Amino acid sequence: MVSTPERTDAHVVKVRGLRNQFGPTVVHQGLDLDVRRGEILGVVGGSGSGKSVLMRAVLGLRPPQAGTIEVLGERIDRGVSARSRLRRRTGVLFQDGALFSSLTVRENVEVPISTHYPDMPSALRRDLARLKIRMVGLSATAGAKLPSELSGGMRKRAGLARALAVDPELLFLDEPTAGLDPIGAAAFDELLVTLRQALGLTVFLITHDLDTLYAICDRVAVIGDGRILVSGPLSEVEHFEHEWVRDYFHGPRARAANQAGRAGS
Amino acid sequence: MSESPDIQSDPDRPGQLVATGDWRIDTVGGQGSPFGGHSGDCDALDATGVEHLDSVGALLLVQAAEQAGIAPEFIVLRDEQRPLLEAVIAAVGDREPEPDPEPAWVSFLAHIGEVTTSFGGGFKLFLGFVGLGMESLVRTLFRPRQWRITSTVHYMEQTGLNALPLVMLLSFLIGAVIAYLGATVLREFGAELFVVDLTTIAFFREMGVLVTAIILAGRTASAFTAQIGTMKAREEIDAMRTLGLDPFVLLVMPRLVALLFMLPILAAAATLAGMAGGMTVSAFSLGIGPDLFMSRIHETLELRHYLVGLVKAPLFAAVIALIGCLEGFKVTGTAQSVGERTTSAVVQSISLVIVINALAAVFFMEVGW
Repeated sequence: MVSTPERTDAHVVKVRGLRNQFGPTVVHQGLDLDVRRGEILGVVGGSGSGKSVLMRAVLGLRPPQAGTIEVLGERIDRGVSARSRLRRRTGVLFQDGALFSSLTVRENVEVPISTHYPDMPSALRRDLARLKIRMVGLSATAGAKLPSELSGGMRKRAGLARALAVDPELLFLDEPTAGLDPIGAAAFDELLVTLRQALGLTVFLITHDLDTLYAICDRVAVIGDGRILVSGPLSEVEHFEHEWVRDYFHGPRARAANQAGRAGS
Repeated sequence: MSESPDIQSDPDRPGQLVATGDWRIDTVGGQGSPFGGHSGDCDALDATGVEHLDSVGALLLVQAAEQAGIAPEFIVLRDEQRPLLEAVIAAVGDREPEPDPEPAWVSFLAHIGEVTTSFGGGFKLFLGFVGLGMESLVRTLFRPRQWRITSTVHYMEQTGLNALPLVMLLSFLIGAVIAYLGATVLREFGAELFVVDLTTIAFFREMGVLVTAIILAGRTASAFTAQIGTMKAREEIDAMRTLGLDPFVLLVMPRLVALLFMLPILAAAATLAGMAGGMTVSAFSLGIGPDLFMSRIHETLELRHYLVGLVKAPLFAAVIALIGCLEGFKVTGTAQSVGERTTSAVVQSISLVIVINALAAVFFMEVGW
């Protein structure tokens, strides 16, 4: 939309025939998903439909029972070295930030930098960490605080700063606006758009937040019945014939968000 | 493609700096800020020759421009890289100083002060907790509805049955060591037979209960703290309160009652195991057979010895359970705090057990029991 992708055809994430199951419970069955370079893809689905499991599978945190997952051109099931190469090019924001509680915010942001670029001089590393902390809209004083001293919204921003520390190409966000007040959530949406424009990110975004979907997502993928029911631009997905999709996009909350999104854009 | 980043002054245009190459974290990462040295007399930075730019590169460009006396807004670069540079300039722009951490000696002194004041407060808190424990015990004693039998039995298994092999093994070994020690000294007087007296008195009066209490202080107090602490951190305890449940009755009482039952039983098992250790050593290296050993025990042992040991068991059980639970309630929410509280629970309960045992020993000696 904004930044011109270098390879328009390239799929950053390519999931084929994914099958995940916990004991007898099948979460995913024959799930296919593509994420295109430079887009913000919103992944929605009911509670327990396996959104987080999908993210964990794509990140290589959970080996799937069947299927192939290709991230940035690398098969993630091809051993540890492929996965560790990918770690440098992907950033993850977990639901509550998942900051290391014994480190200050700045030290948290420095962790991925010193892991992936151990040769970087400490002064530059500190400057870079401070830059990221301010880029996500936190003040410099927040950098010296421990995660337990921050509010929920600040922890999410700090988690985002850590996810962005080494300029990943692909960013995974697990419900980034859940638990934020509407103003904070809107500010977070705006921040994502700004950062995407500045850093040329591709974003894989799990959300329940209809406002976020209407405000910033280029495409939406709906998970249901263990697979992707439909994916595409919101205008197409809205009119997909499926009970859950219809209830989701045509409930009272969706109508309000839709109007707000149209008015905003 | 990945040319290393560089800044040169332009020979054709004086006062112009030209940046070229690949300004990305992979290429500049190891270098720090090597792009200085162009200070003062420059007025423009042309970065259109920069192939790739990421936020580290942009940060270094801005730093280099500032060093050369150029306002970062005047860096010229490709259009697609402009949003990134602007975002970086905006973030670098508001230069709030990061507050300095206080010097180490100040925080060291502050820590000493904190520990000193918290010592008194902690003791008061513990006494209050003991009072609460006794009150709840008496109150629930006559209300069988409030007895948490299932969870009490669960903790009996966890703290008692599961600890039995460990307690018996360690007591057996300690019994063997005491017998050896006694034998070495008593042989000089030709009084090897008194090894039996030594082992018997030691285990029935002191060691059986003490060894058990120390093992449980390490094993059970820490478990209680971690269990309750994690619940505290996840707001489960607040949830109980809002549901009108008393966390003390629900969490502390079953643990306290379980330990009050199990510690005497474990102590008895430890005493028997210790005697078995002593008997084994006597039989194999002193030539005192089991029959002689047993008859000597009959001559030495009186009921008061066993009672002196046994009377301490409930006291130790209460100390271990209450300290373990109290430290759990003190957890504040971070993983680190769970660790700190667990350490503190083990240290406090072991120390208190040994102190109480010493005081009791002096008391019983003076009274002549």
